[in-house]
Amino acid sequence: MKEKILYALGALAALLLARNIRVMLTGLPDEAFQGAIFRIIFFHVPAAFTCFLCFFIALIASISYLKSGKMQWDSLAVSATEVGLAFGAANLVSGMIWARIIWGIWWTWDWRLTSMLVCWLLYAGYLVLRRAVEEPAQRARLSAVLSILSFAVVPFVFFSIKWFRTQHPQPVLYGEGKMDAAYRAMLYGNWVPLLMLAAVLVMIRIGQENRRRELDALRREVHAF
Amino acid sequence: MLFLRQAWTIAAKDLRSEFRTKEALNASLSFALVILLLFSFAFDPTAEMTREISGGLLWLVFAFAGALLLNRSFARELENDCLDVLVVSPVPAAALFLGKALANYVLLLGIEAVCLPVFGVFYNVSWAGQPGWLALVVLLATWGITVIGTMFSALTVNLRLRELMLPMLVYPVLIPCLMAAMQLTTPLIAGQPPSGDQLAWVRMLVGFDIIFTALSVTLVETVLIG
Amino acid sequence: MNALAVENLWKYYGDYPALRGIAFSAAPGACVALLGRNGAGKTTLLRILAGLSKPTRGTVRVFGKDCLDAEVRRRTGLIGHGIGIYDELSAYENLRLFAALYGLADPRRAALEWLERTGLERVRDGLVREFSRGMRQRLAVARAFLHKPSLLLLDEPFTALDDRAIALLQGLLQESLAAGATIVMSTHQLREALELATHVVLIVKGRLAHSGERTAEMAADPGYLYRTYGES
Repeated sequence: MKEKILYALGALAALLLARNIRVMLTGLPDEAFQGAIFRIIFFHVPAAFTCFLCFFIALIASISYLKSGKMQWDSLAVSATEVGLAFGAANLVSGMIWARIIWGIWWTWDWRLTSMLVCWLLYAGYLVLRRAVEEPAQRARLSAVLSILSFAVVPFVFFSIKWFRTQHPQPVLYGEGKMDAAYRAMLYGNWVPLLMLAAVLVMIRIGQENRRRELDALRREVHAF
Repeated sequence: MLFLRQAWTIAAKDLRSEFRTKEALNASLSFALVILLLFSFAFDPTAEMTREISGGLLWLVFAFAGALLLNRSFARELENDCLDVLVVSPVPAAALFLGKALANYVLLLGIEAVCLPVFGVFYNVSWAGQPGWLALVVLLATWGITVIGTMFSALTVNLRLRELMLPMLVYPVLIPCLMAAMQLTTPLIAGQPPSGDQLAWVRMLVGFDIIFTALSVTLVETVLIG
Repeated sequence: MNALAVENLWKYYGDYPALRGIAFSAAPGACVALLGRNGAGKTTLLRILAGLSKPTRGTVRVFGKDCLDAEVRRRTGLIGHGIGIYDELSAYENLRLFAALYGLADPRRAALEWLERTGLERVRDGLVREFSRGMRQRLAVARAFLHKPSLLLLDEPFTALDDRAIALLQGLLQESLAAGATIVMSTHQLREALELATHVVLIVKGRLAHSGERTAEMAADPGYLYRTYGES
C-alpha cells in the first residue's frame, strides 16, 4: 500500500515537473536583465526552501525522539536531513551554474549562497557524527542534540553573513526587487513537485533505515550469545 | 546557591589540574604563537594591511587554539573513568557543564591575554586603542567559543574519532560568533570606537551567547546520560 | 520500604534488548551478588542503577525515589571498572573534591579521616600519578565510601585488587551492611562474593534467571547456581 502511494506521488511529481518545464521554456518570457538562464531560479530557490523545510522537519523529529525514545523519529530525522542536504546541494550547484553564466565566475560570495554553504557544512557534520557512532540509541540521541544545535545556528548564520555582505558587497545573483506575478507563480508552483519529490525520497529513506535497524538488531542477537 | 557552588568546585578542580600539568595550556599557547608567526610569513603584511586583517587574524588564532584546548575539556575525564564518577555524583550535569565551561573560559582568556601583546610585537601594531570595547568584545566572543566548544566536547566524549570530529563540527557553528568578533575587533584595534551599525554585531553576540548557553545547559544531561 | 525495587526493567540498544523485564528488590542490609556470564547484562543493569543510563522501559526505585534523583545520588556509592580518581591531584585533594561534590559538611575533615582509614595519610600530598597500584585502589575505595552511602554499586570490584585492598574492601562492606546499607555487586569471583552475599540475582541473556536468598548449596559450590538456573 505504502509503495503504491510512493509511486503515485512520484509519478505526480514527475508530471508536474514536466508540465512546469514546458511552461518555463515556452510560456514565460525571458527576464529583462539576465535572459534565459534566469529560469534556473525556479529550481534554485524552491530547492533552498525544501532544504530548510527538511532541516526543520529533522528538528521536530529530533525533539520528538528525545521526548519519546522511539527509533522511528530517528529514522525520520536522518532521512529528512539527508534529503535536505541533497536539495541544498542542488541549490548550491544551480547557484554556481547561474553565477558562471551571469558573472563568468564559479562562485560568488552572495550572502544567500554563502549561508547555504555554511548550513550545508553544518548538516554534513550531522552525517559524519552518525557515522562515528555504532550503537543505534546513542547515535540517535547524540545526533538529535546536534540537529537541535545546528538548527539554532541557522538564523545566526543568515543574519551574520547578510550583515557582513552589506558591509562588503559582492555580486548578487538576484535582487530583492519585486518579481513579476507570472514568475512568482511559477516559483511557488515549481516548489510543489519538488516537495513531492522530497517526500518520496524521505519515505524511501525511512524504509531503508528501518530495515537496516532491524538487521542490525538481529545481527546483535546472533552474535551476542 | 548549591548549583553555583557545585559548578565552582568543578571549575576549580579543572583549573587546578590544568595549572599543575599545563599540558593543554602549553599546547594551545604554542599553537597560537606558531599560527601568528605563520600568518606573518604567509601574508607579510604592511602596516596598512595589518590594520585591515587584525580582527580576522586574531580571531582565527583564538578559534584554532581554543579548539585544541576545549577538546580536552570532557576528554580528560575519561582517564580512570572519572566521567562516570562525576555523572553518578549528585552534581547535576548542567552544573558539571558550567563548571567546565568556566574553567575553559579562564584558560582561553589567559591565552588571548598572552597573544594580544605578542601580536602587537610581531606585527608592530598598537592594539590598546579602545581597551574597554575590546575587552567587552573579547569577553563576549570568547564565551561563545567556550560554550560551543565545551558542549561539543561533551557531545563527542564517548566517540572514538573525537579529535577528528570536534573541529569539523565546531567551526561551522562558530561562524556567526567569529564573524561578529572579527568585524568588531578590526576597527577597535585601529583605535576607532564601534559605529552604530557595528553595535548590531554586539547585540548578535549577546544573543548567540544567551541562546547557546541555555541550549547547552538544557541538553548536556541528555548527551552525558545514555 | 525496600531500599531498591526494580520493576519490569527493559533496556534497548537500538532494537536489541540488552535487559528484558528484570525485576527484583533488596531490603536495607541486603547484599545482592549479581551473577551472569559476560555479556549477560550485569554492567548494563549496574549502570542503570547508578544513574549512568536511562531504562527504556520499567522503573527503578531507590529508597522510594527515582534513581536519577539528586538525593538518591547523594547516598549512592560506585566502584566501576576504572578507579575514578584524578592522577594530577593529590590523594587529599581527590578526597576533598569528592567530599565537596557529595555535599559533606566538612570536606577537609572527611578527607583526612578516610586517608587515615585507608592507610594513606603519609602520602596525602603525593600526586596519585606517583602512587603504586595498590595505593590507588585503596584511594578509590576511600572515594566510594567517603560519603557513607546507603546503596553501594560495585562492578567486579575484586578483580585486580591486591590482598590489602581486598581486605580493606571486605571490611568496609561488612561495616556498611551492619549499618543497614544495601549492596549490589557484580562479580566473577564467586567465592568472595558469595561469602558476603545475602541474596543472589542471576542474569542470563538479559533475563532474570533466578533471584532469591543465598542458600547453603550456593555458598558451598558456586557453580551450582549456573548449573541449576542458567545455561551451562
